[in-house]
Amino acid sequence: MTQSVVVQVGQCGNQIGCCFWDLALREHAAVNQKAVYDEAISSFFRNVDTRVADGGGDISRGKICSLKARAVLIDMEEGVVNEILQGPLRDVFDSKQLITDISGSGNNWAVGHKVFGSLYQEEILEKLRKSAEHCDCLQCFFIIHSMGGGTGSGLGTFLLKVLEDEFPEVYRFVTSVYPSGEDDVITSPYNSILAMKELNEHADCVLPIDNQSLFDIISKLNLMVNSGKLGTAIKPKSLVTSSAGAFKKRQEKPFDAMNNIVANLLLNLTSSARFEGSLNMDLNEISMNLVPFPQLHYLVSSLTPLYTLADVNIPPRRLDQMFSDAFSKDHQLIQADPKHSLYLACALMVRGNVQISDLRRNIERLKPSLQFVSWNQEGWKTSLCSVPPVGHSHSLLALANNTCVKPTFIELKARFMRLYKKKAHLHHYLQIEGMEESCFTEAMASLSTLIEEYNQLDATKCMPTEDVPRLSVAI
Amino acid sequence: MSIVTVQLGQCGNQIGFEVFDALFSDSHCPQGLCSKRENEAYQASCKERFFSEEENGVPIARAVLVDMEPKVINQTLSKAAHSGRWKYDQHSCFCQKQGSGNNWAYGYSVHGPRHKESIMDLIQKEVEKCDSLSGFFIIMSMAGGTGSGLGAFVTQNLQDQYSNSLKMNQIIWPYGTGEVIVQNYNSILTLSHLYRSSDALLVHENDAIHKICAKLMNIKQISFRDINQVLAHQLGSVFQPTYSGEGSWHYRRNPLGAFKDPALYTSWLEPVHAFSVWKTQRAFSKYEKSAALVSNSQFLVKPLDVTVGKAWNMFASKAYIHQYTKFGIEEEDFLDSFTLLEQVIASYCNL
Repeated sequence: MTQSVVVQVGQCGNQIGCCFWDLALREHAAVNQKAVYDEAISSFFRNVDTRVADGGGDISRGKICSLKARAVLIDMEEGVVNEILQGPLRDVFDSKQLITDISGSGNNWAVGHKVFGSLYQEEILEKLRKSAEHCDCLQCFFIIHSMGGGTGSGLGTFLLKVLEDEFPEVYRFVTSVYPSGEDDVITSPYNSILAMKELNEHADCVLPIDNQSLFDIISKLNLMVNSGKLGTAIKPKSLVTSSAGAFKKRQEKPFDAMNNIVANLLLNLTSSARFEGSLNMDLNEISMNLVPFPQLHYLVSSLTPLYTLADVNIPPRRLDQMFSDAFSKDHQLIQADPKHSLYLACALMVRGNVQISDLRRNIERLKPSLQFVSWNQEGWKTSLCSVPPVGHSHSLLALANNTCVKPTFIELKARFMRLYKKKAHLHHYLQIEGMEESCFTEAMASLSTLIEEYNQLDATKCMPTEDVPRLSVAI
Repeated sequence: MSIVTVQLGQCGNQIGFEVFDALFSDSHCPQGLCSKRENEAYQASCKERFFSEEENGVPIARAVLVDMEPKVINQTLSKAAHSGRWKYDQHSCFCQKQGSGNNWAYGYSVHGPRHKESIMDLIQKEVEKCDSLSGFFIIMSMAGGTGSGLGAFVTQNLQDQYSNSLKMNQIIWPYGTGEVIVQNYNSILTLSHLYRSSDALLVHENDAIHKICAKLMNIKQISFRDINQVLAHQLGSVFQPTYSGEGSWHYRRNPLGAFKDPALYTSWLEPVHAFSVWKTQRAFSKYEKSAALVSNSQFLVKPLDVTVGKAWNMFASKAYIHQYTKFGIEEEDFLDSFTLLEQVIASYCNL
């Protein structure tokens, strides 16, 4: 069994991270009733003997003594991290695995990447090495950050290069929150485009998320919960947005609901690697199957169900509905329409009491309405994990490598150009040592190249699929 | 005459368990529908073939379990142990922490050489436990990374180390639509390598067994357990002892012996050898009469052709190739595999 380390950077990254650890504890507590430290829980948590000074060594088996998250918390302001360390989750984090500063990055990618990058490079390396040493077999780094600000965006992507150089064999999965149209940070397009170049070059896999989609999901759920008729019947723990039954009884903060959705995404992504099932899917299989070409590694995610009804008399039709929902716009975590774009590859990660025949039936049913690229007409990767998420009997996470990410990037490019043409706010960046206009033009070129790749694929959409002529051999 | 089984990867291990379970249940089935003496001879022969005896009487499967991550092997070991009727030898397992990531190149070029000694040692130990070795039965899937890549590597090594023993590979042909996106690449690489080193390839398609479950057995919600059990039942009836040419009480027929020629391709067969019938009085697993047909026919050409076609289409676009070249399998290796398989297809079509 392998381990993963979560690196949460910036305000957004740390807030999502906090929700993730909370829900992870809840999930493992539900599965692991005897409180034995097993391999599943060791994937994200260390078992530490707190009676020994300085944390002591890790206890590799037996009863759970004290669980410590395999996490590194980084923020250039103290507020968020301090709050975490004073909150109910304080004992879950190793207080030595933090890097903080006081002044913040001022929503400036250059400050995060160049200034803080060089200032904290050694310390970052040291903390990462420490967390790797605690792992028996480290497989993956999960980086959580936002694209629009300064720390998450700048320092978060600086980190990617460090990880690539120091741990070349360990996967880098990045969960990136992209700024939505009404983002209140004026320079978010600059920050995002500068960060995109790093993601293009140094990430193995990126899961783009946008706040608008998360917000829409919440609005829909609120409508259902408050609609009276259906509302009373929803199991509270099952809401994809809820912290009900979670480890900490914290005050629900405004972004909690949205962050919980992302936390659930990460839990479902790793479930088949942590728990047993009849068709396992490890993290290295995600990259292998969903990334046909190194630069095309942006995966659109959708989660279903978003809630479970308490009424147990729900007919089995619900199961098929779950598969249909996964392909609907309403369940995507990014504003995208995969159904009307081109699929390069698609993964269905199923949890709970679902069998291979259910999976096959639904793939056959949905296939005709989806367009796959000519060389990957049956591009499905599937997994069956027996352990369902808390509050559900089954769930589905769909990960698609689909050209529907293109509009997000085009939109970002447009917003960038509006600012850049006028050189608005550019001086804030150029005055930072190491920053030149070429940084901007190169980042722009990188994004344009990516968009062009998607364009070329889209162009093949309506062409008739012809088989490539086969080798002819002499017998 | 004993058979040593090597179960590789999630599929290989899940199926292996069901096979041993089916073999055990059958041999201990009280309703042999034959005489007591016959039943006892049958049981003794079966046990000797697949199980070795432990002091406290619990038979141990003659098997080596290999996987590159621990979850499935742990499950398999405990399922067998919990049944109380038979079990695996805990020491006959080889496990790593990180799987092969559905990457044939990783299974073949990285895991293979790295763990060759340990795995071959374990196999050697199992072989030494046998009084006389008939051969090897290797269970693997083609779609993933361990069963397919490491399976091909291990088979090659068995060819080198035990060139006089027979090797039969049970390969699982994945569902046509998606279990693994790179399954066609993994399949053609596996088949081309096994063709050179295996004596016989016994093929089961998930699609076909699925249809059996749905249409013939009427199972509503088919699970992999159902599929594996049908497969195990089929395999069990192929492997069970039958009469040999000489006298009635000698169960010695070696099922692996029939496949001396490379199973995928024979130039011609004398009519008398083309169809071998082995009979036994003893019923298999409560079925009064059962027949198992193992054939070498052109049936395999269509799925092979389809798989090669899909793999070729993908190869032409170079999709996913970087994942293989990363671990030492170059475009040339792909081309070699394609060439070999096209020749096999052409040969079958020419019959």
